[in-house]
Parts: sequence; C-alpha cells; structure tokens
Amino acid sequence: MAEALPGIPGQTPGVTGLVSDWASDQRAFKRVPWGKAMMWIFLLSDTFIFACFLVSYMTVRMSAVDTWPEPNIVFGLHMFGYDVPLLLIAIMTFILITSSGTMAMAVKFGYEKNKTMTFWLIIATAFFGASFVGMQAFEWTKLISEGVRPWGNPWGAAQFGATFFMITGFHGTHVTIGVIFLLIIAFKVRRGDLDHERPGFLTGRKGRYEIVETLGLYWHFVDLVWVFIFAFFYLW
Amino acid sequence: MSGNSGHVEGQQHPISIYFWIWGLLFVLSALSYMVDILEFQGLLRWSLIITFMLLKAGLIVAVFMHMMWERMAIICAILVPPGVILILIALMALEADYTFFTRLLYFHNPATVPE
Repeated sequence: MAEALPGIPGQTPGVTGLVSDWASDQRAFKRVPWGKAMMWIFLLSDTFIFACFLVSYMTVRMSAVDTWPEPNIVFGLHMFGYDVPLLLIAIMTFILITSSGTMAMAVKFGYEKNKTMTFWLIIATAFFGASFVGMQAFEWTKLISEGVRPWGNPWGAAQFGATFFMITGFHGTHVTIGVIFLLIIAFKVRRGDLDHERPGFLTGRKGRYEIVETLGLYWHFVDLVWVFIFAFFYLW
Repeated sequence: MSGNSGHVEGQQHPISIYFWIWGLLFVLSALSYMVDILEFQGLLRWSLIITFMLLKAGLIVAVFMHMMWERMAIICAILVPPGVILILIALMALEADYTFFTRLLYFHNPATVPE
C-alpha cells in the first residue's frame, strides 16, 4: 500500500524533500492547506495532554499500595445470565472505529464534491459519536451508583476513580465537541457553503471541502486516543 | 489511483482502502479483546496489548489521517516530537517505583518503620 509518490508537483519525496521544505522561504509545509497544518499542530499538543493523563495514571497505579481494581470485573456487564467482561467497552470501541471509517469515507466523497454522500456520512459519524457518548454516560452512571468516587471505590486503590473520571471524561468531552462540529459541518455541506465558497460565520474564510478533511483529522484523533485508553486503562 | 494525489486539489484514494483498514481495525480490536477474554497474563498479555495498540494507532494515523501520503516535512514535524513522551514515561516509572517502595517502607506495614 505504501507507494512512493513520484511526480507530485512541488513535492520532493523523502529526506531531500524534508530538507528543502524546512530550508524554504516563508512557509515550511509547501502546498499543505494552513488549516490542515494547524489542525495537526493542535493534535500534537492534544497528544501531549492525553499523554500527561495516561502517564500520571501509570505513575499513580504503579505507586498504589492497595490492589488496583480489576478492570474486567469493574467494567463487566451481566447479560443473558452471563458475566461478560468489558462488553460495553468492546461495543464502544467498535462503534468508534466504525465512526472513523464513515468519517474517512466522508473525506473521500468531500474531495469528489459529492454533497449527498458527504452529508450522510458525516451524519452517520455524528450518530455513532453521540451513541458512544451515550454509552459512556451509562457507564459513568453505573459506576457512580456502585460507589465509585474520585476519592475512593469499593474494590481497591482509591486512585482508580480519579484517573478513570479524568481520562474518560476528557476523552468524552473531545467526542462531544467533535459531534457538535460534525453537525455544524454537515449542515454547511448540505447548504452548499463549501460548493459556493460561502464565507464562514466566525472566520469569514471561504468554504472549501478541505475543512471536511481537517474535521476528519480531529475525529480520527479522538478514535486514536481511545485506542490508547482501551489498551492501557481497560485491558492492562 | 493514489499515486497522483495533489494536495491542492485534495487526495483521491480508492474507497476499498478505507474498507480494508476498517476491517483490519475491527480484527485487531477483536484480537486485543480476546487477550482479555482468554485471560493471558504477564509478559504475553502486555506485549500483545501493546502490539495490537500500536498496529491500530499506526493504521489510523497512516491511512485514515492520510499521513502516509503527506510530505516528509509534516510527517517529521508531527510524529517525532511525541517521542519525548518515552522519556517522560521512563522518568515517571522511576519516580513511581520510588514512591511505591517508600510507601511500603513507611506506611503500609508499621512493623518495618525504622526507629
């Protein structure tokens, strides 16, 4: 799949391209839309924020003297007479991956200027995102009713609640903000703002299908963070 | 095909690649879930968890976020800086171990508190 890219105008492949880009005048990332470059830089900063949360979780868990609550028991569900470990979390994971898939296709159809497909795929993404947040709300409600608090819980190390609410809460906030922006962009696509280069309400910038890709980057990042949370918080 | 995508006009890749990656992410998620179901423990457990996690993260960044088609300048600007997180992890692991042993020594078992 990883084909080299010969013959893209203005793009020298490999290290030569890296050097000529960084050594060039005025702007480093030639032919990269500024919105996309800025989104990447924002995501880089967000990476550090989530890394700080996950590293603090590691520190707190490693230094806890009491036993850490078993995630597959804490997050298990009792369904159809069986105790299924991590069932809800698995469903949430698959839903978020699916939403990433629909978003990736929305970006593709956006660049083809296929308004209908882009609109419906973004709406599908927003729907999956909203159901993810809903399941997270359900999970929080269940744990709170079982007595999990940021300062303690019935099963072991008191630090469990603090890290759980902080990490999943911060991620859930990202998903929620993402859903709001998905709905805004879907509305813009449907109204034809991107086709007619209608200036944005806040920025006054011309509407372009690039913004679907920029939004897609954010959405995939939210999925990416969940990959790490799933591995470190739920499976470890 | 993907070979002649220009960044000004936007990128065009066949839709099949997104379905493939979607499927792979499903399979990898199912595999990492299996690690928990089958109750693997110890080194096997966390080496598998980390492997599946990195594969998933790599697929999302490379294909869904189009990183493998970007210019080297932006790939390096975005993917190299998070490497310093490894140093933070190492430092905090040392610190956590220190805290843990200090707690064991002074708080957990009163019999071992030195005079």
